[in-house]
Amino acid sequence: MAKVTELRINGKRLAVEAEGETSLLTVLRDQLDLTGTKYGCGEGQCGACTVLINGNPRRSCLTPVSAAEKKEITTIEGLATGGYLHRVQQAFLDEEALQCGYCTSGMIMTAVALLRTHPQPSDEEIARFMEGNLCRCGTYPRIVAAVRRAAERQRKSG
Amino acid sequence: MTSKPYDEFVFEPERYELRSPPAYYFDLDRREFFRVVGAGVAVALVCRSGLAGQEPGRGRRGSQESLPKEIGAWLHVGESGEVTVFTGKVEMGQNIRTSLAQAVAEELRVPVASIRLVMGDTDLTPFDMGTFGSRTTPTMSPQLRRVAAAARDLLVELAAKRWNAKPGKLKAEDGKISDPASGRSIEYKELATGQALAKAVIDDEPLTPPTEWKVTGKSLSKVNGADFVTGKHRYTPDLKGPEILHGKVLRPPSFGAALTSLGARAAEAMPGVTVVRDGNFVGVAAKSEPEATRAVAALKAEWKPVPQIPRRELFDYLKKNARPSEDRQETGSLASALSSADHRLEATYTVEYIAHAPLEPRAAVAEWRDGKLTVWTGTQRPFGVRDELVEAFRLPLDRVRVIMPDTGAGFGGKHTGDAAIEAARLAKAAGRPVKLVWTREEEFTWAYFRPAGVIEVRSGAHADGTLTAWEFHNYNSGGAGIRTPYEVGSQRIEFHPVDSPLRQGSYRALAATANHFARESHMDDVAHQLKMDPLEFRLKNLKDDRLRAVFQAAAKQIGWGGAKSSSGRGFGIGGGFEKGGYVATCAEVTLDRATGSVRVVRVVTAFDCGAVVNPDGLKNQIAGANVMGLGGALFEAIDFENGRVLNNLFSLYRVPRFSDVPPIEVVLVDRKDQPSAGAGETPLVGLAPAIGNAIFAATSIRLRSLPMLPEGKLPKVNPGA
Repeated sequence: MAKVTELRINGKRLAVEAEGETSLLTVLRDQLDLTGTKYGCGEGQCGACTVLINGNPRRSCLTPVSAAEKKEITTIEGLATGGYLHRVQQAFLDEEALQCGYCTSGMIMTAVALLRTHPQPSDEEIARFMEGNLCRCGTYPRIVAAVRRAAERQRKSG
Repeated sequence: MTSKPYDEFVFEPERYELRSPPAYYFDLDRREFFRVVGAGVAVALVCRSGLAGQEPGRGRRGSQESLPKEIGAWLHVGESGEVTVFTGKVEMGQNIRTSLAQAVAEELRVPVASIRLVMGDTDLTPFDMGTFGSRTTPTMSPQLRRVAAAARDLLVELAAKRWNAKPGKLKAEDGKISDPASGRSIEYKELATGQALAKAVIDDEPLTPPTEWKVTGKSLSKVNGADFVTGKHRYTPDLKGPEILHGKVLRPPSFGAALTSLGARAAEAMPGVTVVRDGNFVGVAAKSEPEATRAVAALKAEWKPVPQIPRRELFDYLKKNARPSEDRQETGSLASALSSADHRLEATYTVEYIAHAPLEPRAAVAEWRDGKLTVWTGTQRPFGVRDELVEAFRLPLDRVRVIMPDTGAGFGGKHTGDAAIEAARLAKAAGRPVKLVWTREEEFTWAYFRPAGVIEVRSGAHADGTLTAWEFHNYNSGGAGIRTPYEVGSQRIEFHPVDSPLRQGSYRALAATANHFARESHMDDVAHQLKMDPLEFRLKNLKDDRLRAVFQAAAKQIGWGGAKSSSGRGFGIGGGFEKGGYVATCAEVTLDRATGSVRVVRVVTAFDCGAVVNPDGLKNQIAGANVMGLGGALFEAIDFENGRVLNNLFSLYRVPRFSDVPPIEVVLVDRKDQPSAGAGETPLVGLAPAIGNAIFAATSIRLRSLPMLPEGKLPKVNPGA
């Protein structure tokens, strides 16, 4: 497989040097120092490595970097703009929807993707959409509340 | 044994939690100290009691120039006004970085934002046994309060001297000392400027009583929460350095297997790869993680396995291989109480091994520089890991430093320094720093488990509902929470240790979960036998006011009595006392008769841990404990065969997810008249029996094994009956 030499991440073109089958997670973390995206299981079961690829939530641990080439990749580091937190990030703070915080990046990325396609999700829809993200500290009810809060804010800001 | 076994809460580390504490010699010169932390005012707390200092009896040093040895914590007010607090405790999601900052802010009278905590760094922070056993709030928090109160008094004295005023007339508030009489005020930072003033205080400095708290007792968001929602916080696996190599360990195919031969030529021929073989340890260091993985795959190893017991024989094994009990409490005459009882009941309960599965796996970065080893690692016992490294590499104590970045959870699973030792061994051979991050498979296999156990209970009761006889034997699972809080005239309670077939250790709430499950399930059965309401039966045999209060609070919240169980819907209750906290949990379950599947639809937990420090943080912990407890109660179990873990992935080992979690209501019983206790563990222990009792109420099926519903639905035959 051909080498990948450039990725489009958080609005920037970044030079990398990776075999095509290398996981996107490894490239993000080890070559680009974008360590907000976490390793949790390596089999797509925990969601800690979730990033957006063209706006869709993807498990970067299972995504070969070749599959992300020439696509818009968004990581947790790319959410805040102009010094302002993304509304989902802010909602996680407001609801104190984290304990150890290790799952938080993946939770937030998944929630951002959810609100893009379902601006007003019900609690059941939130749970269903985020079922693949694990929080071992058990902060689930607050995460649901945070997503609800972010949806509310999104609705009010039109 | 007295009828009330816990008149005074005594710190007894559970056997699976604590290994012998190392000797610690804090020996920092005063000038050296200020060179490190900068000019200012510093206060150290000298622990008088063994409970707080963990090292009773060692004499203080006489010299004016050195700080005393038995320091619990210290604090520094610098020239910029920043307050730096040093504690050996560590943060892994339990939110003590925030609650301890609140405690300091309260006594020092400064904004929380001006406080920085340096935690779990063996070169900078005072010795601490470890962050476990729910000890931070009851011991470290008062220590930090005392240090902060003393620092405040010292600043008041400095201002008084400067103004030639009486210290008693001055006020400390919002980072300033003011003199109400003259209207003068001066900021702490001005007072600290140019100072190198150190003071040691003993641990009886008077503290602000909870009724006068202004900062503590109120909810406060995680102090560095923004670092987590932006991905900025660096956990151990996120640490970076230009020289860092990636390490990987070749694991044996089964527990206890011995390496008989190793073919490493292919791996060693790979550019930049270092292969280490040291006894049974085999590992590699390489320039990147994929290269390290390829190098390990290229190793040809042969292993000699050792015989292992299969899972199906586990509980028999635990019974047959029990050693004489080391922990036995007896009161009254059990035999006569049993023979004269109107009703007798006997049952056996079992609990499987389960995994902590913290989302951040074990990881370490190790660096050797100028003969000194520094390791960054996520551990609950930085000083314990330092000692393990000292032992493993035969180094003097001052040649090893362990630093703990705030970590992605522990749950009692990160007490040991496995990853630290492995990374250090590889770094030593490679001559460069090495980062080692365990894979999920390694985490599920090579960490340790919550102990499995067998619990046998025998009871006797009078027809009027008085519990008269109580015999309780725990095999292997542990002694935490083994005592009964109920008034029983004749009791025998024993813990029987066993050499566990699988590696086992601490786990959030330890054996209190299993022991509460057995006891509270059994209490429910006895109530049923007596045709009494389970809550009424408990209260009839319970004198402890605080425990009664949480039972009543939980029952009231769920509508106990009004909310009748029926076929298909059940309500259950369970609770107890552990680690200074009183808990009662009510659960409501529904049963789908067609499929046999059971759903927990509502959980209520009432909790009393004394004066509440951070109500919102506490609620977060209580809800989280219930979510975690749900897994162990219903479906988590380690499956093993021939010394291998068969379910070593999240796809095979099910942990609670969004859809598993019912609404969880928390009722806080805030007792400002009682000292604050820890809260990370005890809220977990009432859940399993509450669910089991609710299932019984709905189905008349008694489940006596944890997990209760490994297949997600009721078994056709009840195994324990």
